[in-house]
This record gives sequence, C-alpha cells and structure tokens, in this order.
Amino acid sequence: MQVTLKNFTKTFDDTTVIDSMNLAVNDGEMLALLGPSGCGKSTTLFAICGIHRINGGQILFGDRDVSDVPSQKRNVGVVFQNYALYPHLTVFENIAFPLSVRGDSKPDIEREVRAIAALTHIEELLARRPAQLSGGQQQRVALARALVRKPDVLLLDEPLANLDAKLRLEMRSEIRRIQLETGITAILVTHDQVEAMSMCDRIAIMNKGEILQIATPTDMYRAPVNKFVAGFLGNPPIVMLEGRTSGDGRFLVKEGTSLPLPARLAGMPGDTPLSLGVRPEHFGAAGANRVEGTISFVEPQGRETLFDVTLDDGVVLRSIQPARDDVVFGQKVVWPLDAEKLLAFDVSGRAV
Amino acid sequence: MTRNFSAWPIYALLGILSAPLAIMYLFLVIDTFTNAPPGSLIPNEFTFHHWRFLWDPTVTGDVWGPTLTTFLFATSMVVIVLAISSTAGYAISRLNLPFRRFFLSGIMVMHAFPSVTLIIGVFLVLQYAGLYNTLIGVILVKASLMLPFGVWIMKGFYDQVPWEIEMAGVQDGASRFTVWRRLILPQVTPGLLSLGIFAFIDGWSEFMLPRILAPSANFQVLSTYLNVVSDPNSTTYNFNLFKSVGLYYTLPILVLFVVFQNRLMNIFGGGTKG
Repeated sequence: MQVTLKNFTKTFDDTTVIDSMNLAVNDGEMLALLGPSGCGKSTTLFAICGIHRINGGQILFGDRDVSDVPSQKRNVGVVFQNYALYPHLTVFENIAFPLSVRGDSKPDIEREVRAIAALTHIEELLARRPAQLSGGQQQRVALARALVRKPDVLLLDEPLANLDAKLRLEMRSEIRRIQLETGITAILVTHDQVEAMSMCDRIAIMNKGEILQIATPTDMYRAPVNKFVAGFLGNPPIVMLEGRTSGDGRFLVKEGTSLPLPARLAGMPGDTPLSLGVRPEHFGAAGANRVEGTISFVEPQGRETLFDVTLDDGVVLRSIQPARDDVVFGQKVVWPLDAEKLLAFDVSGRAV
Repeated sequence: MTRNFSAWPIYALLGILSAPLAIMYLFLVIDTFTNAPPGSLIPNEFTFHHWRFLWDPTVTGDVWGPTLTTFLFATSMVVIVLAISSTAGYAISRLNLPFRRFFLSGIMVMHAFPSVTLIIGVFLVLQYAGLYNTLIGVILVKASLMLPFGVWIMKGFYDQVPWEIEMAGVQDGASRFTVWRRLILPQVTPGLLSLGIFAFIDGWSEFMLPRILAPSANFQVLSTYLNVVSDPNSTTYNFNLFKSVGLYYTLPILVLFVVFQNRLMNIFGGGTKG
C-alpha cells in the first residue's frame, strides 16, 4: 500500500512543527525517517497512525484519504519504542488482542496467532507474560502484534533503541527479514544512521520539520544534498574545512593549507567561499595527492584503526584504515588524499 | 536486607513504646471472656456471658439488624466510591477535559476540607431533598465526602500506566472504552482493591454522619448501636458487655487489615511496583 503525505502540516499550540511536508512511500518499501531528536520524525509517524490529528494537508493510503479517519479504522500496525505490551496478558493474548477486538472467531484467532508467531520465531513463548521475556523477545512480540491483523502499513518508532548492542544487530536483520517476507510497506523512525542505512530501501532525512533529502542509503552517503546530510551520515563523521577557492583548481583552507579540488570543480572562479568535506576513508588510502601531517590521535577499533592527523597549520583530518600498528602517536606521515571523492558545499550549505 | 547492626535494641525500644497499646488490646480481649472480682485486674472466671448479646436481643436490643445495615452501608460505599473513582480518575488522568486544572485543584481542596464544617450545609441539602433521616441520604453524603480521596488515588494509579499501552490499544483497533476496560483497568486493580477496602473500613466505622443526619431513623448502624450500649445512664450498662460489643464491631476491620495489609500500604506509594 502506497502512503502519501501531501502538504502535511502539524502545529502544537502556536508552534508549527512541520510545515507542508510531502512524502511518498512506495508499496512494499521500507523507508527510514532519519533525523536528530526534535526534528519531527516521530510527529510524522504519529500523524500517519492517527494518534496526532493533522492541522493541514492530506494523508493517503493508496487512493484512500485517511486524514480524518480515526486510528482504529486506519489499519496501521505500530511498534512502539518501549513495545507497549499489555503486561497483564500472556504473549498469546497480546497478539490475539487486535483480532479479538475485531471479533474474529476463536479458531481463526488461534490460527492467525500461531502463524505470525512462527514468522517471528516466538512459538515457544506464547504462554509467557511480557515480564518474563528478554528485550529482544518483547520486540518480536510487539512486531507480531502489530502484524497479526495484516495492516496496510507498519510503523516502527525507534524499535531498537531499548536493546543492547548485540541484540540490536540481530533484530535489525530480523525486522528487515519479516518486512521482506510479508511485503508490507514500512516506515522506520530512528536517529541512528546505521539502522536507517542497513534496514531500509530509502532514507528520508529530516531536520527541523523538513525533509532534506530522500534517497537510497548509498546515494545519500555518496551525494548528500547539503552539509547537514553529509555530517549526519557516516561514522566516524566527515571533517568540514572552511576556506576559499584559489581559482586554479585548488582550495585554500582558512588556516593556510592548500588542498586540491575535485576535477568537476576545477573551473570555479577564485575566491569563492566553500566548505570542503573530507570523509575519513578518503584520506590515507588512495589518491593522487599527498598530504603531510603529524599523527595526533590513534583509536584502534579492532578491524580498523582511526587516526587524527594534524597538518602543519593546525587543520585536523581524520583517516580510517584497516588495522595497522606501524604508525604511532606523534609520527610524521605523508598520506594520499582522494580529491575526486571530496564533497564541497557553498555558503548556504548546499552541495556544489 | 543486609544487617549492619544488631536489631534487638530497636525491637526492645519499639516493644516498650507499644506495650501500653498491646496491653490495652490484650485486656479488651480478655475482659470480654472473663469476670474479675471488684477492684482487681486479674480475672477469676471464664464466661461467654458478655457475648450473650449475639443471641439474646433482650440484653441490648437486636445486634444483627445494625450489623446488616452497617454491612450494607459499607458495601454501598465501596460500590459508589469504586464506580466513580475508577472512571473519574481515568478522565482526570488521561482525557483532555475542559476545566481539568479546575477539577484537579477542586479535588485537592475538597480532600483537605474537614467534613465537619460542611455538616450544616449537608443537613440543609438532605432536608430539602427529603433524604434526611434515611439510610440512602447518609450513604450518599459519606460516599461523596470520600470521593475526592478516591478520585485522587485512582488518578495516581492511572498516571503510572504508560501512554503507549493506550495508544497501542487504539492502534489495535479498540475503542477508548474497550482500551480502558480491557487494557487499563486490569493494571490499576491493586489501586481499586485497596481503595475498596479503605471505603469499606471507612463506611464500617462511620459514626458521626448517621448520628447527625439520621438521629431518629428506624435503622441503626453498629457505631450508633455501640453508642447506645455505652450510655452509662442506661439500665443495661455493663462495662464488659460494652467491650464485647466493641470487639465484635472491630473484628471485621481487624480481619480485613490483617489479610490485606500489604495491599493497603501500596495505596500510599501511588501504585509503584515494589
């Protein structure tokens, strides 16, 4: 089921949180709403499921306008951040609740619950109560309950935020598997770029109530539309250097260092203020240009090692490389910089 | 619990401090089953004589009528207080009511109001409504005086139930009423239980309102019955008999308290899980 937001506007009292936003989620797609806290991503989610009434615009499920349809009739499955399982009911009764409210017959309920429990791998937990489950199991139950009445849309509100690191990894692929197996249209709200990139077909990145860019994870990482997107995606984060073009295909950092510009920008007139973004993987690995500096920080991460390199004038570049221990703190290094991969942004923050 | 110091000095101190109370209760019980020679505390005779009021209506008048009335009174309190507090508490905790703040502060003020100061007004209202000297009138007044407490307590319990559960219920297709009845209410049962017991005890022990608002009615509750028994000018005045009736009157409360004491403590925690 395709979900469309048209000029969706939401205000709380006098503050406009979201001002005429447009968004289309394709049928069977999993889309991430990614952004820092307070950017309006959860508000959008709650508007789609009907918990928040919208102040303007339209919400369409397929061709059906659901803007004024109450939550109960929207047929949306929601997984909340704290799972919101009903503590006084067993897992079976939790999952059966949406069906029993709908008035399904006992055998039907039994069959549907068993089927969805098999899909989410919780068959052996059906007799337990939520308090007797681990975080990951609670998550599976919440997912099963959201999916059991075959909703048109599945909404996930920071579903992994309450899990520890290892479970998070496991549930990430589990949620994706279940989404793909059911072919349901899903919207995931998260502030974690790794979750968004690893689980979703497309990402809509939001800031201050606005969608900045909608793209596949790879496209968004490679070609962010502006500085905010570039800074939000990528871990360790991108390094931003402020400076001006020199006019002959080079870039002068405020502090003095001269770096090459990518070939596509070589023709830029001189003295244009720019921000140059250097991702850590594009420094120290390959490239035609050499940059000299002193290692000022080493962070071994097991498979990789993260270095900070301070150039002579104080500019700090970050580099991530396959684990190596031949370089130590304080050592002088000359490392290659892949100029073609650099990202450039104009004064307003837009990519150039 | 770990013990960093020996506990016996504390037990000893508490024991000494509560000894007068304990001795008093002990003698209350002993005196109802025994007779002591004049001028002595030590009983010399075991007897059921003081409990004869239970089967002999000529002693102090019929005791079962007042017992039944008191039970009816206390049970009605439970029903009214629970029905209204469980719904009003939910409304105040969750619904976007007009004048919500006004209601909240109103409840606080009513809660703090000494009910005696209302008695003249209540008297006039009952008189006007034709409920003066009736059991229903007393029940209504007593229940409404207890409601601010009940609503406030239930609001506290409802506040503890996470919002998401309610939203999840709505998303699952249930109406607000179904959500309340099937998902929220089961989670405030500890509150309902303790509030119910409180209402029962409060109704059971009420003396002032029946006495003032139904002085010449054709019914008696146990407290007013006890008052008649304890009248030193009456011909039936007997101290041990008075004690027996008093003990009989207290017993249900004691039993309730012993059985439910853990639940009752829970009410002051606002329903937080231990």
